[in-house]
Amino acid sequence: MRAKILIRLKKQILEPQGKNIEESLNNLGFDKCSNIRQGKLIELDLPENLEDRDSYIKDICNKLLVNSIIEEYEVL
Amino acid sequence: MSLSSAVITFPGSNCDRDAQTYLEILTNQDTHKIWHKDVLLPKVDLLIIPGGFSFGDYLRSGAMAAKSPIIDDVLKHAERGGYIIGICNGFQILTEIGLLDGALNRNVKLKFLAKNCFIKKNHENNFNKKISQDQCLSIPVAHNEGSYYNSEEGLKLLQDNEQISFLYCDEEGNTTDSSNLNGSLNHIAGITNKKKNVLGLMPHPERAFQDFHTSQDGQLILESLLG
Repeated sequence: MRAKILIRLKKQILEPQGKNIEESLNNLGFDKCSNIRQGKLIELDLPENLEDRDSYIKDICNKLLVNSIIEEYEVL
Repeated sequence: MSLSSAVITFPGSNCDRDAQTYLEILTNQDTHKIWHKDVLLPKVDLLIIPGGFSFGDYLRSGAMAAKSPIIDDVLKHAERGGYIIGICNGFQILTEIGLLDGALNRNVKLKFLAKNCFIKKNHENNFNKKISQDQCLSIPVAHNEGSYYNSEEGLKLLQDNEQISFLYCDEEGNTTDSSNLNGSLNHIAGITNKKKNVLGLMPHPERAFQDFHTSQDGQLILESLLG
């Protein structure tokens, strides 16, 4: 089964890439876009019959995929 | 004092040779070269985790290097009270390991910064005791993710425990907005752990110590350790 994990910088942390994307979109005339934040999506395969899927994903996020000082994640 | 030392190389490290030269010239003895897949460090006084782009900065700067086989022994070295200096990517690796608190984010202006900057000493420790309080050091930086971040509580702990070693400043030592070149929290350029035997800093002292360098201020950090 495919797992999708969305990782983003916490709200209180400035995300300069999003700010620049917003500026470029505004320059293109898309002036209704605001508060853009860029994150990252990680996809991985897990066995269908994995019993503790949630805690397994939590573990890999805590141990490597996510730096909890600056990032938060959700499983899509 | 004689100081034995080692430098760890990860795939993508590119300041390991500079760090080795910095150590060998200033300590006047050979430096051990360690590969990240080694599992044992030699018994040394000082370990440098050098700058570069370990593992291509994949996932987050320093995230992969923090899981290398040598890291278990790096933790033991720190626990024994051995000195560690993490420079640039080395600083990022030390925060990912958890030896230093906080994290290093993308520079606020999204530019890779490669220039000289000025830093000054803040809290005194064994890495900066040869630097006077009003002295400004000219040292190069070269990084894309150098904007230091910590939570409010984390920052308070750093201040209460006097762990903030270096601040970005201008030539006169003022901590102005424009001297905080990467947007670091409270101008932080370098911090130590609570025990003050582990230092992480974004500027490169190993690029500022020889006659042909534009500045020789970087030697003050190692000379502080040499006593």
